[in-house]
Amino acid sequence: MARPPIDEAALVTRYGPHPNYEPPGGWQSEAQDPAQKLVPTHCCFCGQQCGIQLKVRNNQVIGFEPWEEFPFNRGMLCPKGVKRYMQSTHPDRLLAPLLRDASGFRPVPWSEALSFTATRLRQIQERHGRDAVAVFGGASLTTEKAYLLGKFSRVALGTRHIDYNGRLCMVSAGTAYKLVFGVDRAPNPWSDIPLADVMIIAGSNTAECSPITTDYVWRFHDAGGKLIVIDPRMTPITRNADLYLPVRPGTDLALFLAMMHVILRDGLENRSFIERHTTGFEAVAESAKSWEPATAGRITGVPPEAIVKAAHWFAKAERGFALHARGLEHHSKGVENVLGLINLCLATGNIGREGAGCVMITGQGNGQGGREHGQKCDQLPGQRSISDPEARRHVAKVWGIEPNEIPQAGYSAMEIIDAIHRGEIKGLLSICFNPIVSLPDANFTQEALEKLEFLGVIDFFMSETAHYADVVLAGSLQEEEEGVTCNVEGRVIHIRQAVTPPGNALPDSQIVCDLARELGRGHFFSFRSPREIFNELREASRGGIADYYGITYEKIDKQMGVFWPCPSEDHPGTPRLFEGGRTFHPDGKAHFQVTEYRESGDPVNDAYPIYLTTGRVVSHYLSGTQTRRIGALVDQYPEPRVEIHPRLAAAHDIQDKDWVIVTTRRSEMRVQAAVVRTIRPDTIFIAYHWPGSKSVNRLTHRTLDPRSKIPEYKVSACRIRKER
Amino acid sequence: MQNTQGTLDYAFFIDPSRCIGCEACVNACAECETHRGHTMIHLEFLDREHTIATVPTVCMHCHRPTCAEVCPADAIKQTEDGIVQSSLKPRCIACSNCVLACPFGVPKMKSDLEQMMKCDMCYDRTSAGKRPMCATVCPSQALAYVPMDTILRMRPEKPTNVFFFGNEHVTTKVFMMAPREVDAINVDITDFMWESQS
Repeated sequence: MARPPIDEAALVTRYGPHPNYEPPGGWQSEAQDPAQKLVPTHCCFCGQQCGIQLKVRNNQVIGFEPWEEFPFNRGMLCPKGVKRYMQSTHPDRLLAPLLRDASGFRPVPWSEALSFTATRLRQIQERHGRDAVAVFGGASLTTEKAYLLGKFSRVALGTRHIDYNGRLCMVSAGTAYKLVFGVDRAPNPWSDIPLADVMIIAGSNTAECSPITTDYVWRFHDAGGKLIVIDPRMTPITRNADLYLPVRPGTDLALFLAMMHVILRDGLENRSFIERHTTGFEAVAESAKSWEPATAGRITGVPPEAIVKAAHWFAKAERGFALHARGLEHHSKGVENVLGLINLCLATGNIGREGAGCVMITGQGNGQGGREHGQKCDQLPGQRSISDPEARRHVAKVWGIEPNEIPQAGYSAMEIIDAIHRGEIKGLLSICFNPIVSLPDANFTQEALEKLEFLGVIDFFMSETAHYADVVLAGSLQEEEEGVTCNVEGRVIHIRQAVTPPGNALPDSQIVCDLARELGRGHFFSFRSPREIFNELREASRGGIADYYGITYEKIDKQMGVFWPCPSEDHPGTPRLFEGGRTFHPDGKAHFQVTEYRESGDPVNDAYPIYLTTGRVVSHYLSGTQTRRIGALVDQYPEPRVEIHPRLAAAHDIQDKDWVIVTTRRSEMRVQAAVVRTIRPDTIFIAYHWPGSKSVNRLTHRTLDPRSKIPEYKVSACRIRKER
Repeated sequence: MQNTQGTLDYAFFIDPSRCIGCEACVNACAECETHRGHTMIHLEFLDREHTIATVPTVCMHCHRPTCAEVCPADAIKQTEDGIVQSSLKPRCIACSNCVLACPFGVPKMKSDLEQMMKCDMCYDRTSAGKRPMCATVCPSQALAYVPMDTILRMRPEKPTNVFFFGNEHVTTKVFMMAPREVDAINVDITDFMWESQS
């Protein structure tokens, strides 16, 4: 039984979210009592991982100063970065481990919390088998923590079920890039963006979700580049687009197939590149044959002449570049959508060159590094497959165990929730993940959490998922522990410790190591610092795809980041992959992949005739556990709104700011209208950062991409009515 | 373009066409030491129903500041470097003359402080050789603080600091990016009317 011990309102009163508006000591305190040091580190929000300097006084973060020397963002920040410093002394911070009791939660000593957690996990495993316990990780953790968690699950708990919230982010792109190129990383550094001639931005609200990339795109545009934006909404990046294709949600692949059709029909493909550097082209060409622009036009809602124009611009460009994000990937055909776009780049020879390529915009803080070293259900450190005997031998040796002691691949995040719901998994340890807000079909997620026999949560704030916990272990913010992350470009960067965790909160990695000791496996986790974890990680990744062996903290500082792979200490790192057209596949070639267009998993019909799509806004990050506690960011976008085109609004007698009921096959929500001409009239948009009655994820559905297991957040069928 | 500076000197440039409405500037402004906790930037969503266009406004620092000219208490001073400062607290009578007179709509009456405050181009920073907070963080570089030379080299638009508000002719320290063929910015409809041109 894991229902919240007291009602939600009482938990919110006690633990927040409360908006924090001022730095410690108030706005004027720094004038009297200035900062003692400036710590150059990185923003904790989003995959851009902007450089920032935190001002520290008396072991508290009291402000920031732009870090103009860091080459990726050169001092630039978004509003989240500007206000990120408001967390470390936040009144909602958890300052001690908490055990649930009848009155809610009570603080307990660490020894009691850890021994309780270990005992419950062991009891469940003894009674129901090792795999009755699962672990959830997160892509905002440093790479050291992510690595440690993968090892903890497999070595201390011996369960095969560990997965992470990057399952909701990068897995469609990752699967596609592995299929085509044999590696999961954005292949080009961002410095290539301004050098392109024609750029496609597909399914990316770049300005709001990866704001720093905006300046790169504007510089490309200033230099005369032509910008093509593909999205059902005109997001701010569209304001300087030369061609805007308002694609219907879920139909991107049809658009790409038609562009391929036009390129081949008009003989614009790069034959010599295709012959020298690719395999599988003929089958892809065959699959595009039936995709006349008019056919795709009917499906996508994009004028056929615009499809032809986009294809011609891209194919005729000396240097074509494609940027894509969750708008392509959050689909039951997310992998195919990405493959469709990559195929266009391959057919036109646009990979592995300066200013030419195809890149994913990684979304979460350590979305790249967090998926490379072992918290994915099917991977071992170094982006190695867990089913590869060679990889198992290598990692087992580093870990000091036998290869057959490493469990085989487990369930992905959504499959773990399914297994909990059907009673197969009974215990869950979760860190840096707020599934009740971020997973689709939240009512189902809630039922699953209620069925758990044990839920342990490690977090720095009381997340909505922690309400269901038996024990909440007070962990650390990004700036409270040293480590590395990997930014959107594949650049490994150094997170410096600015302060120690407040009160009795502990660094996350220490909590995990202490738990391993409680479980009797402490001898595998004798790390005294993140640096020791990193040095083991370097060995574990050695010779793998994401090879970190040659990376050290010192080298990162000296070079302002090191791009992996970096196989030896004298190796400078690899900013651009596939130079000379050579991929990571053994044959060195890029493998074209055939794609097949199909319907979304929640199709529109007469009863649910409107597309619902979801996403982020600029002032919030993921499930909002952090940003819903920062006053300025809350004020900027306090509650979800539903974007509705005036034509659709008029058909339902809805005016701006009216309250609207949005209903899908799962549930309904009440939300205020924002009537805007910048969204397709057959589509509505709601941002997903809120829990409970404000959670659009109670409306979304559980259909997964069969290969990447990503949920289809970007298309649900719905109907709307004005609240009377 | 009336440029009184050398091309290697840093200057402030506004290009509304780059703005993404993210409010990084609004939030960063409140971090400046001279007015910490108060933001001086205006970020307008022009008409969200019809467009995603947004416009950031900082003080243009007029060469002959209207706000100072209309101040009955002589509370608004321009320093030698051309920066028009916030009102002097001991002098300001909170009459709002400046708020009404500014052609760009910049000064803010802080009724809780009984004082007019406005953007001082991060005087604590720029006077010490640092860049203003808003233009440093702006992720679209709609607000940019760079040498004139850089802007002329990198941007297709042209900086101008000459504005006509009807018959009022204003030149400013801050530059607005305008199409190449435009020398001055007219913001009065009569300037575009046939009657006015004949």
